[in-house]
Amino acid sequence: MKVTDNVRKLIFIFISILAFQAAEAQLEIEIISGNPSALPIAIVPFQWLEAGPGPSTSVDEIVSGDLYRSGLFKPMAVEDMAEKPVEEEGIRFGTWRLLKVDYIVIGKVRSPTDGQGHELVYQLFDVHTQELLLSRVTTVGPGDLRFGAHRVADAIYEKLTGVPGAFSTRIAYITATGLGNNQRYELVVADADGFGPQSIVGSPEPLLSPAWSPDGRKLAYVSFEQGNSAIYMQDVSTGARELISSGKGINGAPSFSPDGKRMALTLSRSGNPEINIRDMATGRTQQITQHWSIDTEPVWSPDGRHVYFTSDRGGRPQIYRVGPSGGTPERVTLEGDYNARASVSPDGRKIAVAQGRGNEYRIAVWDIETERFTVLTPGKLDESPSFAPNGSMILYATREGSRGVLSAVSADGNVRQRLILSEGDVREPAWSPVIR
Amino acid sequence: MKSVWKYTLALVIAITMAACQTTQEAEPEPEPEPPPTTGVDTSGAPDPHDYTDSRNFDNPESLLSKRVIYFDFDKSTVRPEYRGIVSAHAAYAASHSTARVTLEGHADERGTREYNLGLGERRGNAVSGLMSAQGTRGSQLSVVSYGEERPTCRVSDDECWSLNRRVEVVYTAR
Repeated sequence: MKVTDNVRKLIFIFISILAFQAAEAQLEIEIISGNPSALPIAIVPFQWLEAGPGPSTSVDEIVSGDLYRSGLFKPMAVEDMAEKPVEEEGIRFGTWRLLKVDYIVIGKVRSPTDGQGHELVYQLFDVHTQELLLSRVTTVGPGDLRFGAHRVADAIYEKLTGVPGAFSTRIAYITATGLGNNQRYELVVADADGFGPQSIVGSPEPLLSPAWSPDGRKLAYVSFEQGNSAIYMQDVSTGARELISSGKGINGAPSFSPDGKRMALTLSRSGNPEINIRDMATGRTQQITQHWSIDTEPVWSPDGRHVYFTSDRGGRPQIYRVGPSGGTPERVTLEGDYNARASVSPDGRKIAVAQGRGNEYRIAVWDIETERFTVLTPGKLDESPSFAPNGSMILYATREGSRGVLSAVSADGNVRQRLILSEGDVREPAWSPVIR
Repeated sequence: MKSVWKYTLALVIAITMAACQTTQEAEPEPEPEPPPTTGVDTSGAPDPHDYTDSRNFDNPESLLSKRVIYFDFDKSTVRPEYRGIVSAHAAYAASHSTARVTLEGHADERGTREYNLGLGERRGNAVSGLMSAQGTRGSQLSVVSYGEERPTCRVSDDECWSLNRRVEVVYTAR
């Protein structure tokens, strides 16, 4: 017992040391297949009116980068801009029409009157009609300039596509580095563009299955730090955490209900993995599936009426769904040998899965109404799909050579991009809800 | 004591990994059955078939020294060639009531992580069930699934996958 206690203490110390250290490795993003019908837009450099030098990456660069990565926009390079107006009066629409730009954004960054933080003042125009489409002031706190830029991109994206942007959200993922006894796992949170990765938990034992709370403040995850799987819930900004489940057998696959009051999870205390629902206020847990097969990977429908899960009760893994108080599960995916780990689209109409065929696994989207699959990615070992909170893209894990990388694919499969970690294995991305 | 076995296990894993990187064999084969005893007096050396003798844990001639059981893809049935190893450990545990065994179940990287946790547990349960049927008490056995999280090698090919689909028999007390 003494040895075990010491080991636990050591692990605890190790976790304490690792927590809150910024991960050294940066995510690097590159578009691997583009969209020929992307909208041409010019994000003119924002004028910097604050005291002191501007940031190393300017607001307009961040906005351009966001819009570019969405695959729906083709931002003009700054060096191709014949003029760089700051005020509406300075825009010569004829020039921009000649440059074949459809939309133009101008703006500036200034200190608010109280001097705290940043004010991003910007306007969006239709070059052809010369119409002012959007005129806004976005105010953010000190240190949140990048967040402010993502908010600008969100607003432009929403104005021009009709869908809210998801650039000011975050992503969580697991990294694994080293082999054997030097193995180290971290749960990392970064901006949706991969910037500013921060390790929020580190451990020599496996970490997996990160899941966001609906308010974007907490992450639930599975950790083996005590020698078996256990579910923890951690406040992303304070680091305070709570042990949710560490019973005999598997404690896995946490998923918050849309209202955050319940959590679906996999427990095998009955002898094999079953879906359970935990009331977060009382801690009471109810088992809602009852089958000798593997039932796991529960995830809620956005209206909270269904829990989708993976089960091999029919022989091979397929997606089923059941009400959150139990009942007879209904099979959802009707094609393919292996469909697992569902992510439900924000409108509840589609589910993205890891689809296996032989040794190849791809991300596929099942349309619940038309009962058809669309395969979105080329494989070979693509898994862990996670819908963006606006449904526009799906983040997933894939492999390149022997290392894992993250990629994102547009929901229609037309645009793919790669987010590479410079070191080790990166896996199990989870896209945060919209943080208001 | 526990840390000693941890190191032993680490060594076993390290050796398995080295084998994974160097050999060309498609499938890890269990050692062939040792030849039957001839009645010759070996004066004190452990009888490799005496699975109640703890010296056989370090005797490469004895099945008790083998502590990894391999599985087919997406299967949790103990293959016939590994039943001898399971029986040897069942016999040892049955005859040593203080022995405690953790069966660590593992899967290869194919398929999703949480499903593979289930699969690793199923494999651990299969070995646990066989050992129970052969006299090991339930209180002596525990199953922990690591799914695909603790591979012994990290190459995406059949050879490496077959080494990762396994149950490791770990004694926490002998």
